[in-house]
Amino acid sequence: MKVEQISVFLENKAGRLAEVTRVLGDAGINIRALSLADTTDFGILRLIVDQYDKARSVLKDKGFTVGKTEVVAVEVPDRPGGLALVLQALARAGVNVEYMYAFVQHSGKNAVIIFRFDNLEQAIDLLQKEGIHIYQGEEVYRL
Amino acid sequence: MIRDVERETMPREDLEALQLKRLQAVVNRVYHLVPFYRRRMDKLGVKPEHIRTLADIRHLPYTAKQDLRDNYPFGMFAVPMDQVVRIHASSGTTGKPTPVAYTQRDLDNWAELMARTLAAAGVHRGDIVHVAYGYGLFTGGLGAHYGAERLGAAVIPVSGGQTRRQIMLIQDFGPTVICCTPSFALYLAEVGREMGVDFARTRLRVGVLGAEPWTDGMRQEIEKRLSIDAVDIYGLSEILGPGVAIECLEAKQGLHIFEDHFLPEIIDPATLEPVPAGEVGELVITTLTKEAFPLLRYRTRDLTSLNLAPCKCGRTIARMSRFQGRSDDMLIIRGVNVFPSQIESVLMETPGVAPHYQLIVDREGQLDTLEVQVEVDEAAFSDEVKQLQALAKNIERQIKDYFTISVKVKLVEPRTIPRSEGKAQRVIDKRQL
Repeated sequence: MKVEQISVFLENKAGRLAEVTRVLGDAGINIRALSLADTTDFGILRLIVDQYDKARSVLKDKGFTVGKTEVVAVEVPDRPGGLALVLQALARAGVNVEYMYAFVQHSGKNAVIIFRFDNLEQAIDLLQKEGIHIYQGEEVYRL
Repeated sequence: MIRDVERETMPREDLEALQLKRLQAVVNRVYHLVPFYRRRMDKLGVKPEHIRTLADIRHLPYTAKQDLRDNYPFGMFAVPMDQVVRIHASSGTTGKPTPVAYTQRDLDNWAELMARTLAAAGVHRGDIVHVAYGYGLFTGGLGAHYGAERLGAAVIPVSGGQTRRQIMLIQDFGPTVICCTPSFALYLAEVGREMGVDFARTRLRVGVLGAEPWTDGMRQEIEKRLSIDAVDIYGLSEILGPGVAIECLEAKQGLHIFEDHFLPEIIDPATLEPVPAGEVGELVITTLTKEAFPLLRYRTRDLTSLNLAPCKCGRTIARMSRFQGRSDDMLIIRGVNVFPSQIESVLMETPGVAPHYQLIVDREGQLDTLEVQVEVDEAAFSDEVKQLQALAKNIERQIKDYFTISVKVKLVEPRTIPRSEGKAQRVIDKRQL
């Protein structure tokens, strides 16, 4: 039910993002989804990749600070109000979304959204009760 | 104005005779009263009676800040506590301050020396002196305070902070003299301008500024903006506090050191040998009259040179050039002494912060800024921005609690702070002095 996300600490200076993508590319790792949170001083790059363990080790070898976070990949109907439906269900239950970002690839007719929750288990229970589809890790890496 | 014409304009021969007599007395006292000095002198095989000329001072041991720390808190005092009437302290490198003591006679001498100092800056009875140096353990506030009172001037003991209120007092109480750090003087000018204050219309006439290094360029800026004469004052708590040396208003060329109370030497900090006359080296001071806290050959770490030529003000006592830096890694940030090792100890107490850091000192407008760059390791890293920002804020708060100065913490990637084979370059000082 959970997806492994790799996060990378980046200073705000030219070429750092390029370096991460180059390192992953050279290792034959495919980026499936990403988001970048930035502040004036630093950024946090969050990635879903097809080979988590390998990505982690090549980035660490290059001296990057990396972290692992478990996130949830949710299937969202790709039509007006589709995302609202999911968010409203979460809001009713008082589940807080730390951040979210969209997957590059569609799954059939639906969009895939990555959610980072404070309380992961509670969120998964709730989404399942609401009949909202959650992807398995393996499914997501292969999308 | 010369307050003590006899002492401040003595022929050098007479001055040196007085210095020798006082040096012999202080060496004799510390040898018998301070176990630290007896041990050091015995080790060097030197006895008080070996000091026959001023040049014999080179046989005496040096005193370093570390020696004061090793004898914390009161091991260097040369009188029993029932003769001590005041204790001040300077900041230390390990969280412990360095306490210094005064007998009543020390306080009298200090007030007199500060009165001389203020007189050299043109201060006199009838002046109102706004003392914005910190009071408390720091010597600046009370030192200036008692000197101004000794001179017969009126004192406004404002201490530091509350800048807008200080400007109100300058407008309403009409002080003619201000004692503060040069950076605070410029800050006053800035805030005053925001408040629409024209300093030319206040009664301020002279600023006695010190406790941090500054330049002639900064002096011109302060003089223009505050519409005053600004003179440089030097002192350090281990030796006395303010009142060790002062620029005269007449020349503003070098700081006159009161040689009847302090014996200055200039040494090469690497070889510890004296440098040729007039060359820059580390200032070393022996106190000649202190009772409670006499020091032999105290290494100030301040770099300067000595000029023995008589000054146009008439003083014959030596002049020190404006300070050209320090021979150790101490930083003076907005008048606060900061050793990189102190920052390090704060960082070490913060989980998840790598032991690699760098301090970037700069000056924004007229205020010193300190940026602490810290490498983020995996233990501290988070995928959430707010967590990392909280980490930075937490370090900033701890440093503020410790030093009372605000710093900016910048999180950087691992291995981006340059490593070096020997001593790490912990400090990058971008201030243009």
